[in-house]
Amino acid sequence: MTFDGYDTEGFHDEMFQADGSPRPEARLLVERIESLPAGELIRRHQAAERALLNTGITFTVYGDEQGTERILPFDIVPRIVTGEAWEPIERGLKQRIEALNLFIDDVYHDRKIVRDAVIPAAVVESSQGFRPQCAGLDPPGGVWCHITGTDLVRDRDGTVYVLEDNLRCPSGVSYLLENRAVMQETFPAVFEGLGVRPVNDYPSRLLQMLEDVAPPSQSRPSVAVLTPGVYNAAYFEHSFLAQQMGIELVEGRDLAVVDDRLQMRTTRGFEPVDVLYRRIDDDFLDPTCFRPDSLLGVPGLMELYQRKRVTLVNAPGTGVADDKVVYAYVPDMIRYYLDQEAILPNVPTWLCWRDDDRRYVLDHLSELVVKAANEAGGYGMLVGPASTPGERREFAARIEAAPRNYIAQPTLALSRVPTRIAERFEGRHVDLRPYILYGRDIYVLPGGLTRVALRKGSLVVNSSQGGGSKDTWVLAC
Amino acid sequence: MLSRVAASIYWMSRYIERAENVARVVGVNNQLVLDLPGQDAEQWDPMVKVTGDEADFRARYGGATRANVIDFLTFDALNPNSIVSCVTTARENARSVREILSSEMWEEINRFYLFLRQPGARERALWDAHAFFREVRRSSHMIEGTKNETMEHGEAWHFSQMGRHIERADQTTRILDLKYFLLLPSAADVGKPIDDLQWGALLRSASGLEAYRRMHGRVAALTVASFLLLNREFPRSVQHCAGRAQASLHAVTGTPARRFANAAERELGRLVADLDYTDIGDVVSTGLHDFVDTLQEKLNHVGNEITRTFFAPSSGSAPSD
Repeated sequence: MTFDGYDTEGFHDEMFQADGSPRPEARLLVERIESLPAGELIRRHQAAERALLNTGITFTVYGDEQGTERILPFDIVPRIVTGEAWEPIERGLKQRIEALNLFIDDVYHDRKIVRDAVIPAAVVESSQGFRPQCAGLDPPGGVWCHITGTDLVRDRDGTVYVLEDNLRCPSGVSYLLENRAVMQETFPAVFEGLGVRPVNDYPSRLLQMLEDVAPPSQSRPSVAVLTPGVYNAAYFEHSFLAQQMGIELVEGRDLAVVDDRLQMRTTRGFEPVDVLYRRIDDDFLDPTCFRPDSLLGVPGLMELYQRKRVTLVNAPGTGVADDKVVYAYVPDMIRYYLDQEAILPNVPTWLCWRDDDRRYVLDHLSELVVKAANEAGGYGMLVGPASTPGERREFAARIEAAPRNYIAQPTLALSRVPTRIAERFEGRHVDLRPYILYGRDIYVLPGGLTRVALRKGSLVVNSSQGGGSKDTWVLAC
Repeated sequence: MLSRVAASIYWMSRYIERAENVARVVGVNNQLVLDLPGQDAEQWDPMVKVTGDEADFRARYGGATRANVIDFLTFDALNPNSIVSCVTTARENARSVREILSSEMWEEINRFYLFLRQPGARERALWDAHAFFREVRRSSHMIEGTKNETMEHGEAWHFSQMGRHIERADQTTRILDLKYFLLLPSAADVGKPIDDLQWGALLRSASGLEAYRRMHGRVAALTVASFLLLNREFPRSVQHCAGRAQASLHAVTGTPARRFANAAERELGRLVADLDYTDIGDVVSTGLHDFVDTLQEKLNHVGNEITRTFFAPSSGSAPSD
């Protein structure tokens, strides 16, 4: 297969320049792909997908009675990011996470940012992730958002924007690691030639971070991953991370509060847990504090957490900043807490609860992307240019009924990467989700999960909406 | 380790072993029928009896033809002991503890599962039965071998060993019982050539024919029973399996040999000691069927005590029997 006739169609292409020649950093890969014997790339692609199925790297499709497991579609053409392009992204992400963490801490303490009229109290309190139960909590080291997956996009002119901050339980890092393993088997020579920065140390960095935030104790802390169980869509990832870190994967029913500690039931009786990397939502953590009907959590867990007998990662209440209205204020937070300008810009955002903004949004629905403030996974979204008059009427009514729940942004021309579609390459839109760890300091995993909208022309990259993924190569220089 | 995890590993291993044994019995019977033309129903009927789901089979299938029995024992999702059901349950258990298994072992379990769900598998089991059931056995062996070579021989491995060997001991008694049903209507035929064929098939279904011949030469009913029950070196004999399960049980608890610190150790210790001091004459005087029945009861007992000692109050996928 060759790239002959590949057309960037006026979009920013991550691999080719507007004149049709490969970007310098992609030249070696293009040569390598074009030099493969006919059919070889397809054969390798299929072998890679089969390997993913055999190893069970799958997610569960909700609403399917058979409990069907699917692999996340995987594209064989990676996305390449030069070291030079990566450097400001990394700095910008660190800056953003630092400010967001200070914001969350402030929300549950003095609320200086509200008193100084930078963010309205109503915005904070109406955020779906706001948990009044968390007021006054002091997590170890003052860190709330230990693990973040921030979604980035690149527009037509090449500018990188932050699209959203995922501060609750961002998933996808296991796909990133497995994609890399598959690509290293597929293109070993290209890896050697390009100096691709490794990602395989993520599990040990994650474990280090988890140990660093343990409650003070003499011995090595005991860490566990808490999963809702085998039927959760991201179960593979929970299990993969526990396995890679060599720690226990526990369910709520394995845990109990005994002798004033969080303990797990083992074949030799109870054993303590000091740090819980929980992959269940705040609401399900502890029925005595949050939802009383939750069977997934542990009664009494929050009380232990408040008394620093156990650390929860991410901290409960972190979701207050995982809201698309709060998102709009992040550049103000960076200015307020750090006295700096944001290195990575936000996508311009209209907030429908503001009267002027709402009028503008309702008048321009066919140009804008409208999103529900609290939804994820590509649900509750209107892509204006691709919408029908009926859909626009429906969204207009929804916005009028609950303006706080909606924001709007211009429709960005997301950058594209060549993607194998049957026997040829076609451009497909992508985003990028880097993963950031915050323990003693802030660490950004080089690259991230590149999600690709496999449907022609689609801008929605979520796996629930026909998205796939690609490996992301950050080069040493 | 977590009680839930230990239970899942134990049951995962039991179900893989159970699937392998169903394939053994079906595969060998399928071959045996070739040597005994015209006795289709007679040959397939006992297989349903020993699986213990006879009423269910009669209600849903009626007669015991080759196709019916193979389908019921291999692909029937409503039969909890069909190969497909066993492997699905094993994989569900494995999926819930895959962080404990080695990646290679998990991959083998997953392959086994995907192999059975391949389009056309049902048809293949009928027209290419020999290859199909050999592949089932091979998949189980791949899992076991991969486990032994890639997992640390720690607590998780020992729980798997316990599950494997207790299930295998139980299945070997069932294979023997299969012969009991075969013999019953024709006690006078003992020693005739057709009987040799059947005892030979029985040994083959336990992969024991070659080992048996090396040790004993001619196939004779009592020697076969003794071999499958009491031989210490043959890996599928009840005596050998009970000993292996006991070694793993004591490795988990650290209790010295010939002592006990819990009911599981006591029950299993008694069983092993009983077998140690049994000879085939005792089996004959008790009656093969009764002896095997008691043995199955004792194995059940051991299983229950393992559950009570290590897995309660939270256990993995509940056993179906």
